Amino acid sequence: MRIRVGKLLLLLLLGGLIAVGCRPERRADLVILNGPEIETLDPQVLTGQADGRVSGALFEGLTRFDPVTGRGVPGWAERWDISPDGRTYTFHLRTNAVFSTGEPITADDFVWSWRHAVDPATAADYSGFFFYVKGGRELVTGASTNLATLGIRALDPRTVVVELENPAPFFIDLCAMRIMAVVPRWTIEKYGDQWVRADPLPCSGAFQLRSWRPNDRIRVEKNPRYWDAASVRSERVDFLSGDSPTTALNLLLTGEVDVLIERNLIPLELNDVLLKRPDFHTFSYLGTYFIRFNVTRKPFDDVRVRKAISLVLDKRRIVERITRLGERPASAVTPPGTGGYQPPPGLGDNASSATNAVEYAAARAINIAEAQRLLAEAGFPGGKGFPTFTYMFNAGGGGGSRTHEQIGVEFQAMLREHLGLQMELRPVEWKTYLSEMSLLNYDVIRGSWIGDYQDPTTFLDCFLADSGNNRTGWRNPQYDALMARAAATSDSTKRFDLLRQAETLLTRDEVPVIPVYNYTGLYAFDTNRVGGISANLTDEHPVWAMFRKR
Amino acid sequence: MSYFLRRLLFMVPLILVIVTLAFFLVRVAPGGPFDKERKPASPAVERALAEKYHLNESLFSQYLRFLGLKWEEGANGSWQRAPGGLIAGDLGLSLKYRNHTVSDIILQGLPVSLTLGFLAFGFAMGFGIPIGFYTAVRRGEWADWAGSLFALVVICVPGFVIGPLLILGFALKAGWFPVGLWGAPVQAVLPMVALGLYFGGRVARLTREGMTQALQSEYIRTARAKGASELRVLLKHALPTAVMPVVSYSGPMLADLLTGSFVVENIFQIPGIGVFMVNSSLSRDYTMVVGLVLLYAILLLVLNLLVDLAYSFLDPRVRYE
Amino acid sequence: MKDAALSTESPTLAAAPAPVHLSPNRKAWLRLRSNRPAVWSAGFLALVLLLAIVVPWLSPHDAVHGSDAQFAAPSLQYWFGTDVHGRDVFTRVFSGARVSLLVGAVGAAVSLVIGVCWGMVAGYVGGRTDSVLMRVVDVLYALPSIVFVIVLITTMEGFVKQWVTALSPALAPAARMMFLFVGLGAVSWLTMARIVRGQVLSLRSRPFVLASQSLGASHRRILFRHILPNVIGIVIVYLTLTVPSIILYESFLSYLGLGIQPPAASLGTLIAEGASQINPLRVFWWLIIGPGGVLALTLLALNFLGDGLRDAFDPRSS
Repeated sequence: MRIRVGKLLLLLLLGGLIAVGCRPERRADLVILNGPEIETLDPQVLTGQADGRVSGALFEGLTRFDPVTGRGVPGWAERWDISPDGRTYTFHLRTNAVFSTGEPITADDFVWSWRHAVDPATAADYSGFFFYVKGGRELVTGASTNLATLGIRALDPRTVVVELENPAPFFIDLCAMRIMAVVPRWTIEKYGDQWVRADPLPCSGAFQLRSWRPNDRIRVEKNPRYWDAASVRSERVDFLSGDSPTTALNLLLTGEVDVLIERNLIPLELNDVLLKRPDFHTFSYLGTYFIRFNVTRKPFDDVRVRKAISLVLDKRRIVERITRLGERPASAVTPPGTGGYQPPPGLGDNASSATNAVEYAAARAINIAEAQRLLAEAGFPGGKGFPTFTYMFNAGGGGGSRTHEQIGVEFQAMLREHLGLQMELRPVEWKTYLSEMSLLNYDVIRGSWIGDYQDPTTFLDCFLADSGNNRTGWRNPQYDALMARAAATSDSTKRFDLLRQAETLLTRDEVPVIPVYNYTGLYAFDTNRVGGISANLTDEHPVWAMFRKR
Repeated sequence: MSYFLRRLLFMVPLILVIVTLAFFLVRVAPGGPFDKERKPASPAVERALAEKYHLNESLFSQYLRFLGLKWEEGANGSWQRAPGGLIAGDLGLSLKYRNHTVSDIILQGLPVSLTLGFLAFGFAMGFGIPIGFYTAVRRGEWADWAGSLFALVVICVPGFVIGPLLILGFALKAGWFPVGLWGAPVQAVLPMVALGLYFGGRVARLTREGMTQALQSEYIRTARAKGASELRVLLKHALPTAVMPVVSYSGPMLADLLTGSFVVENIFQIPGIGVFMVNSSLSRDYTMVVGLVLLYAILLLVLNLLVDLAYSFLDPRVRYE
Repeated sequence: MKDAALSTESPTLAAAPAPVHLSPNRKAWLRLRSNRPAVWSAGFLALVLLLAIVVPWLSPHDAVHGSDAQFAAPSLQYWFGTDVHGRDVFTRVFSGARVSLLVGAVGAAVSLVIGVCWGMVAGYVGGRTDSVLMRVVDVLYALPSIVFVIVLITTMEGFVKQWVTALSPALAPAARMMFLFVGLGAVSWLTMARIVRGQVLSLRSRPFVLASQSLGASHRRILFRHILPNVIGIVIVYLTLTVPSIILYESFLSYLGLGIQPPAASLGTLIAEGASQINPLRVFWWLIIGPGGVLALTLLALNFLGDGLRDAFDPRSS
């Protein structure tokens, strides 16, 4: 009996080993460590950056992102005309437009794709991008159900005409977004929500899907029918999913992975070391780390309290000691240079602009004194009588969350030292964090925002009274009015002026949020081995441009 | 034997209880599967999403649907059973990985976790039982000290320390093994060691204890008095009862090992299901949590039944009435 | 104030039942004292306990407040170096040891009381009782403990926190700890129950048990006089294995944001912090050696003490 059990066990072990061994895998031409397992490949419903990287390789729209500038350049539309009032775009499609499976891509496909994306039944989280298109807002919000009212029509099989609600100077960039891509109508009609699992999957991008093993890897192959197939320099690309920064670094150093593109996979502790390495590259992009106040709760309903807390936050210490990637301390929500926009100086900007330690210390001293005065004015001299409150942040999962804790620890110390305030740190896991933030069930909470396109509205729209992304309880009619006026203005200087007024209200006068710093991105690849990746503000790195040098 | 048949039959309602508890527990937790850092474009979109996955229905209705006992009025006015559900063997789509069904993900990851789990189990038993056996026989001598110290050290050093250290030493410095990923046999070695050491240390301790007790018991003295050879006494008489604590422990241990380890899969970037075990709870992937609990419960109950079976093999005096 | 009061009381607590004759306990005590590794281990544990109590008080550094000395290597000023916020790791290790020892003690206590009783009753009574008791263990074991802790914290924390804060505002962070204890306690006893039950199943049909049964001894007497002494060895050994897993499980929960509240730390979270930066480029080794060494040595000492106790209480050892 015992012998048989032993034999059985041995056989099992051997069988296991053989099972492991029986999966020979040819290395792809390019291996990208893409971050967490992607949630969906459907370009219309995806939300994650990791999802977008893969889906962007498979699907393309009227325009695509330029690998160098990160802005929209001709995709399936080879050129376009813009009406003088900036509200009508006429796109001319390429003659050779086909899906990877051979079916033609026509103007009607674009009309159908966009209508499908705005249809609430598709449940596309990002369908808000269609608010700029005439009739888009009504359809997405459900006010209208007639999809034909969307401002897109096919003039002929090769011409798409798009009408906008307001002139949007960034519309060409917008057209390169995943959700604007052309998708295979017949596949979607046949398979419904699970259409991306169709085999073969008709793709409109530079690559086609080869295999997809959850939590392991997605393999894509060059799409020979892509209009620009000649520029696609990798035959086969693997996207690995992984969650551990240290492992990511090991895989990169041993050459198992060519490109490490997810910033949450960079080991934070090594930021200062990695910065000096030739295979790690930093770039600034449209992202801001900030702290939200719940303005519906006492005492944070008092602007003086918010200002006082904001003024004592030593942003420079945080970027120099915690994040350590050369981030820029921020006093505005919009990063400087977003689509040519320069944000107005926010509260405490004198410290951000100090050029040396002495100046900085002086500016800090002024800010701290001002903060103490404001707090006293609000009825809490020296922090007396101020209730203990909590600072909430998300913990667990990925490298980023450790930063949140570390920033919290510094923030806590600063408040105690300069204002005598008692702030408790409250780490919560991700979903609780989101839920508590949405329900305004917090005192002070960390936040961040990544811009989607190169225009300040991608940040400033968040703080509109009816925006689901506001999550501070702050609503200001004056702000909303300024934003509405800006939206209706086509002159870029005047428009930016209005936006600056709005942002001043947000970050200097009302302070429902404390901007902390603008993100610096970091990605890793050996320039001797990999090419075709450039830094750009939108953090868009098209895979078709990447290649491994031989 | 009828005892075990009854146990086997009783497993069905028991699993139902476990799965039901998990079903409601995960839905009580704050937040939902579709909560994201950004709000959907409009409440209409949010509603449509909830409708698609029936999250807008009452908990009870969702539960019926999950069981496959939900009857609804069809388009033509006739009542029919909503498709899918547990009775149809359908666990539904994952709510986080929306292009995969739960069974899809489990079937992809389970073979990997099973392989690694069995390897680690074999490794743990392979060094744990001999060390435990030897240290008990050589009790109080230096060999006991050395073996026990080794077992204790691997127990005290957590997997998230052992894993990176193994990688640093044997993969990066020595270059004998790859730093991670899965596919070739050589890639299974370090994860197997990282996972097996911890359990092996415990197995060694439990075996040593069981052996010590067995060696002091009256029947061993009887066996010795009868003049059986020492080796025969040790292997034939003492060892079977000595491994009883290990057997008790290996039920839950094997269930844990076979469903993957979050830490080891994370460190070695292995596509098993251990990572999902933790992440599905965190991401409120309701269907996935329930599916994994179902899998885990079946494994655990079957293994514990096997453990109870093994008791009566190892010690004929164990009887279940 | 409070602590002082406690410490004056503790000697009376420690002086447990005064032995009148050479009882089995007394014999065990004598045996334990002659076991050198056990005595050394007990001494070491007492030292760690003492350090955990006094270091956070007496240290010139603060466990939660940072300084400008970021990532300083161990020196005379900072014995275990400093961390990212410039906090003294030595002070943090011993204030973390407070948490970890407490967590380990709670886990062990739950495991000992609930687990052992549960397992003994199940194994001894057998039949339907055994089935019901063990199926409860199976159900609890199979449920996802993370979800359990999440639900526990989010549904109860607000309420309990109000209640605790009303007692004393300084105790507010302790509210989180209570949930940690409940969550850890809930899972810590399950395997213990299984193991004890397995042993009892085999013991209850041994001659000495059958003999006392036929002599008319009460079940209680049989359980505590005959069965318990025979499982005490495995109980102690498994207890010493429970403590490390509970301590490490706490650090996992803390990592997920379900455990202790920063800036406080436990040994587990300190080690996890140190382990996360083991990489080929640069390792701040003191972040792992300090807390890791203290934890490993403590657990080792605990195990040797456990071995000593086990031998001392063994009814058959001469």
